[in-house]
Amino acid sequence: MKKYILLSGLLALGLVSCEPELRNSIEEQDFYTSGTADFSHYVALGNSLTAGYADGALYISGQMNSYPSILAQKFALVQETDEFTQPLVSDNFGGLLYNGNPIKETRYVLSVGADGPMPVRLSKTPTTEVTNRLEGSFGNMGVPGAKSFHLIAPGYGNMQAVAAEMANPYFARFASSDNTTVLADALAQNPTFFTLWIGNNDVLNYATSGGAGIYQKNNTDFTTYGENDITDPNAFAYVYDQIVSKLAGEDGANADGVLIGIPQVSSIPFFNLVPPNPIPLDAQTVAALNAKFGAYNTQILPGLVQAGVITQAEADSRKISFTAGEGNFVTIVDEDLTALASILMGEPFNLDAQTAGLLSQLRQANSTDLIPLTSASFIGTTVNGNPLLVNGVSVPLADQYVLTFEEQQDIVEATTAYNAAIKSIADAYELGYVDSGELLNQLNSGGIAFDGGTLTSTFVTGGAFSLDGVHLTPRGYALLANKIIAEINTTYNAEVPKANVGEYPTVTLDQNL
Amino acid sequence: MKRIFFLGLCCLATAFSYAGGYRVSLQGQRSLAMGHTGVAVVNNAELAFFNPAGLVYLENKINVAAGVSPVFSNVVWQNEEFGQMARTDSPVGTPFYAYFSYKLSDRFSLGFAAYTPYGSSVEWPTDWAGSHLVNNIELQTIYVQALASFKITDNLSIGGGPIYVNGKVNFNRNLNRSLTDLEGNRANVTVDASGVNAFGWSAGLMYSPTDSLRIGVNYRSLVKMKAEGGTADFQNVPNSPLTPFHDTTFDAELPMPAELSVGISYQLDEKWLFAFDYNRTFWSTYESLDIDFADPNIPDSKNPRNYKNSSIYRFGFQYTADETFTLRAGYYFDQSPVRSGYFAPETPRNSSNNFTGGLSINVSDRVAIDAAFLYSRFEEINESYDYYQENQQNVPFEGTYKSSAFVPGLGVTIKI
Repeated sequence: MKKYILLSGLLALGLVSCEPELRNSIEEQDFYTSGTADFSHYVALGNSLTAGYADGALYISGQMNSYPSILAQKFALVQETDEFTQPLVSDNFGGLLYNGNPIKETRYVLSVGADGPMPVRLSKTPTTEVTNRLEGSFGNMGVPGAKSFHLIAPGYGNMQAVAAEMANPYFARFASSDNTTVLADALAQNPTFFTLWIGNNDVLNYATSGGAGIYQKNNTDFTTYGENDITDPNAFAYVYDQIVSKLAGEDGANADGVLIGIPQVSSIPFFNLVPPNPIPLDAQTVAALNAKFGAYNTQILPGLVQAGVITQAEADSRKISFTAGEGNFVTIVDEDLTALASILMGEPFNLDAQTAGLLSQLRQANSTDLIPLTSASFIGTTVNGNPLLVNGVSVPLADQYVLTFEEQQDIVEATTAYNAAIKSIADAYELGYVDSGELLNQLNSGGIAFDGGTLTSTFVTGGAFSLDGVHLTPRGYALLANKIIAEINTTYNAEVPKANVGEYPTVTLDQNL
Repeated sequence: MKRIFFLGLCCLATAFSYAGGYRVSLQGQRSLAMGHTGVAVVNNAELAFFNPAGLVYLENKINVAAGVSPVFSNVVWQNEEFGQMARTDSPVGTPFYAYFSYKLSDRFSLGFAAYTPYGSSVEWPTDWAGSHLVNNIELQTIYVQALASFKITDNLSIGGGPIYVNGKVNFNRNLNRSLTDLEGNRANVTVDASGVNAFGWSAGLMYSPTDSLRIGVNYRSLVKMKAEGGTADFQNVPNSPLTPFHDTTFDAELPMPAELSVGISYQLDEKWLFAFDYNRTFWSTYESLDIDFADPNIPDSKNPRNYKNSSIYRFGFQYTADETFTLRAGYYFDQSPVRSGYFAPETPRNSSNNFTGGLSINVSDRVAIDAAFLYSRFEEINESYDYYQENQQNVPFEGTYKSSAFVPGLGVTIKI
């Protein structure tokens, strides 16, 4: 009998061993540590970059790879956490419908046409109906388009106001009520941990519109702001502190968290793909153009200097000249130049109103100007099919097509001030701070190596930026998530595992038929 | 943007690969119970596999042995840096054997054998962290062999015969670590080939210097399985000329390596029998697994394996308790043929300590039930596969592996 007992004992041993167990399993409690942080209920606040927006749209697989989603997955390995929820859209096409009418476009895909691979809008009909308001609260509170002050603006998710473009359709989709605020919905969840990445749009809209807005310096009344204006840095700091105070302050949720700084917009591919000198010209056209602007260069400008209307330096910057071949700079209207129209119409120039208007604030772009990606399809087109009226050549580009050096300076000034505020607020509330600008600078200069190559900010091939040139790819978001994790591990003495960057997708290939 | 960039991105090594332990040593319950020794043991028709030279020493005119060994084997993998973990949920493998021998004369026996010495069945969760290497694989081979055994002198015999092999394979993996279609579904490929045929042979020698001592040697040849015209089915590939993966056929070759066994057995008294076997498996023939896709737009896949020859040391004993019961136990050390840095997750096996036991119950003079079990103990191991490439650069896949295998087996021995 003894032998059967022995045998059955061995059999039992064998059956138990069917499930191999590791000595130090990551599934065991305390394999990783949250340190002094509490990840049990994580809420992410921000704009499109937080929502997982990419390729010019919000779509499901982008949301699944948002940096808050990546972080939440890693937090769940460290301690017991509530399920991280996201207001998922209905499809992977992108775009929004409001009462059945498309109000946001579908995503870009990389489609191969006659000229090679090009980003084009996916030719599908969006299926995400904004008026189907989602139930429940959401860990990812990222709202595409939101500026700093929008997070505390009641009615920002008002469903009725969406039609009049007075509210944000993305927030209206999942706001708890018409009059709530993004912050209120976040606080209602009693977050124990949060990330906040807001402020990009406070300068970005100005930048992407080519500076077609106003730098609202010293104006703290947000209700007077236009869509493309730069938010006043003091007002920004005030609003930002309000938000953080509610989330991290002792009178608020007293949550742990990480604040994320604003990168300088000039570092994104959107401003670096189209050069300021994209114009090829043949000798005949050059001769005609130079003849046309000859009098302006050699008589009008020196005359204006002589009359003391403009400086020699301004006169030099206003000269227009073209050479045969590639690489001619575009002509632009620069609002920071002296307005000369009325002077040119008077003595001794006596120009007609049309010519005076053309020359009033005319100059040729230089290497300090940035051309937004959206201008690419406009430069070189003709006005009413007239071959003599070529946009960017004989017809100067209007304000919204060029981000001039002066406009960039305003952006740099505001962004620098925002980041100083964010950093000091992070210090005041003992929160983590991530300098996302540093990350983008690395992507711009040499790139960031990972186990399957190097990520750079080069459009399409660099792998970090999606096809809109502004938002990151999942791989780029994973990179950011790792930077945030590194900051969490330092600030909170935690051990949160990293994301494996190479496992996240880059740009999406699809043949648009 | 260059097309080549995307080819580099996507074209991976579209590998199909097997692993270290696709040799499955389960060719007889009596032998298995004794540590899978048998090259110098005359016990029953299992000799048809272990050493056909011994068939002629079987006492009865007709000998039959058949059995099956369900394999319960699983692997757990984790990567601490990224907090990733995965467990296989592999289907139960069912290696079997069936042997027959017929004594024509005192000096000459004929035999027939069917067995499954090579196979693998591993199923990881779809789209797990190593899915660019394997999602799941199923490899099956059946060896069918005709045998002759001839007694040269009373204490020296030879035996052997040709082997016909029939095999099939089904293997799925993702094309790389991140490629998806528009919907976010991972792009993957399934290669499938069945009815793959090949031939080999085995031959053995048995010598008994005294009545109680036997020495045996057996050699089984290399069998090269050449899959030609198998199907390659690509799924969830982005609809783009930059990812030119379309369903096609493929050719590939997989070796079933040669194995040399030498052994000794000693009959201490009427009750106790001791056996020792040494196996040398010539795995070095498995240098690389190359998949040649018929569609010229799909880059061929090269997957270095670089296996090394490996040894197995086997020990077993048998105790004949009474007329009804015979008890057996054994141990063997199985050295992995996988070199460090080539540890792929298809069948991740490092070296193992193996414990076996079993018994036979004589139901009648002619029929016995044979039972055996095998418990394989693998050490936890930190290893990587370093030869997977993206953008012409090696991307190691690493982590901590632990495997376990438990194999209960049941068979029958008939002698007439």
